[in-house]
Amino acid sequence: MAYLELNNICKTYGQGDNESQVLSNINLTIEEGEFVAIVGFTGSGKTTLVNLINGLLEPTSGEVLFKGNPVSGTSHERGVIFQNYSLLPWLTVEQNVLMAVKEAFPKREKAVWKRKAAYYIEMVNLTPATNKLPKELSGGMRQRVAVARALAMKPDMIIMDEPLGALDALTRGNLQDQILNIWGKDKRTALLITNDVDEGIYMADRIIPLRPGPNATLGPEFKIDLERPRDKTELNDNASFKKTRNAIIEYLMDIGDERKSEAKEQFILPDLAPKDFVNQFR
Amino acid sequence: MKASLTLNKVSNFLGLGLFTTLKDLFTNKLEKEDFKNFLRKTIVPLASILLFLGLWHSGAKALYNTEADFKIEKALQDQGQAAADALQVCIASGESSCQPNTLPSPSQVWDSFQSLLRDHNIISADKVAFAKKTAALNKTRIAEGKDAIVYTGRPSFVDQIFRSLKTVFAGFLLALFIAVPLGIFIGLSPTLKSAFNWFIQIFKPVSPVVWYLLVFMIVKTVLIGSADDSSFTISFISVGLCSMWATLVNTAMGVSTVDKDYINVAKVLKLGAFQKIFKVVLPSSLPLIFTGLKITLSVAWMVLIAIELLAQSPGLGLFVWEEFQNGANDSNAKIIVAMFVIGIIGFLLDRLMLMIQNWVSFDKTDAI
Repeated sequence: MAYLELNNICKTYGQGDNESQVLSNINLTIEEGEFVAIVGFTGSGKTTLVNLINGLLEPTSGEVLFKGNPVSGTSHERGVIFQNYSLLPWLTVEQNVLMAVKEAFPKREKAVWKRKAAYYIEMVNLTPATNKLPKELSGGMRQRVAVARALAMKPDMIIMDEPLGALDALTRGNLQDQILNIWGKDKRTALLITNDVDEGIYMADRIIPLRPGPNATLGPEFKIDLERPRDKTELNDNASFKKTRNAIIEYLMDIGDERKSEAKEQFILPDLAPKDFVNQFR
Repeated sequence: MKASLTLNKVSNFLGLGLFTTLKDLFTNKLEKEDFKNFLRKTIVPLASILLFLGLWHSGAKALYNTEADFKIEKALQDQGQAAADALQVCIASGESSCQPNTLPSPSQVWDSFQSLLRDHNIISADKVAFAKKTAALNKTRIAEGKDAIVYTGRPSFVDQIFRSLKTVFAGFLLALFIAVPLGIFIGLSPTLKSAFNWFIQIFKPVSPVVWYLLVFMIVKTVLIGSADDSSFTISFISVGLCSMWATLVNTAMGVSTVDKDYINVAKVLKLGAFQKIFKVVLPSSLPLIFTGLKITLSVAWMVLIAIELLAQSPGLGLFVWEEFQNGANDSNAKIIVAMFVIGIIGFLLDRLMLMIQNWVSFDKTDAI
């Protein structure tokens, strides 16, 4: 049985004339322990898809099944790492993580909570920043706090919505390794949403392109058969990597071109010239 | 080093950059390039204060002369030359009984201020003496189960200030306890918002005087048969009701516009309703709530004077009214003293709120 299953998901926003279909006919199955990446252009409905899976949104039609049960509302079983960190700015690193720990392990002693929070902070190498506020941290550090907070709920599946999108290339590579490390330890099921094909190939077992919205739907999947642990520098020379990478990029580019040619509506620009500023005041 | 740092902090905190530069001047820390800054921050405010006093002085003098001329002219017409001459001599001699009644000059106001302080000292000494005198008697009275004898003399100016502050804080706390919870509920629930919206829109602009009358109608009946003086109750409730609207509206707005990301976090973490409000919604709307509370406190202080005056509740408002009715030759100067005291206390209250806001709020840049 599939761990996570999406059957014919459609999602529309608005009503009547303002109705716009963002996602249509999304079918996806993820097996236990798998690392799946969904790659797509910005604005193609990736965040909507994530919110459907984690339970913040409900599909207009179709169903989301998690371990065979329909998803209704959020759950501790699915941890989420948001695109923009979403740390509470008035709480320190420890307090942010503690919030998740307290919810995941209710009715424990304070010392137990503290120890658990310290454990997850240590996991993302932020122990020296335990008592700092988010605004005192760099972008990469903030995202690591978000990772620690998501993991602290002990989720069965971890959903990442462009977690590294706002980071610079160096920090990004670093964090990719850290996330892979953590994932490798207990092989939790993971879903990564990203706009970076290389990141998807480096991290995931499977890559599924999301055809851009409106009416976004999933494209054919690409299997990544690279041995773990993967080495970034070696990857660049790996024939299989190059092939998959080119295939995915080509596919995405083709969709882009297709969409451009689909856009039949021509906007006729008015034939205007700037006013003669000098003569205007005479 | 440490002491100077804290002084810097305190004066910056109070928004009195003036003192910082002034201190720098005396400690020779002032560089040449800071001179312009020093001019702007120290000399300019001092010069504008002097200019203000100068204009006030000459304005008061002009008004004084107009009034004096009019008085002499009137005496000449009504009572003849001899009376007019006598009056002129009297005015020139500075005799208090025949002084023209007009805007007092800065020096007269300063004198009145000092006389009010002297008066306060006399009354305080009087109180102490009274307490001493009645100490033994009160002990026996209390032992016999009777009420103690209390000082019932006239309150001094300083007593009036503290009484006013007490009224304002009582009113402010009332506003806080009504407006903040109500604002949170209204902000959280669109249903409550539409239920309360007409109420807020209609009652927000109502004048303090009308609030006073409304509260008077109700409290008078509620406290019927009670021997206690209800003027304090009436005035602090009126002050609270008048001033709570800014907090109510700001709280509702702050709560209803919490960043969606934070709400999503609360949902993903599955926080309960109570946790969600206290851990996510309230902290993130604190800056707006405090903006509301700051406005509430300044409005409370502003309407207090009018309400004390109407309610005949002891305090600065009543002081001003009594001085105006009194019409003694230094009454006008005392009113101006009260004006300055009211203004300065209002300023200090505002700074106090800013201090609390900086202390509890997470984003210090938000506090203005």
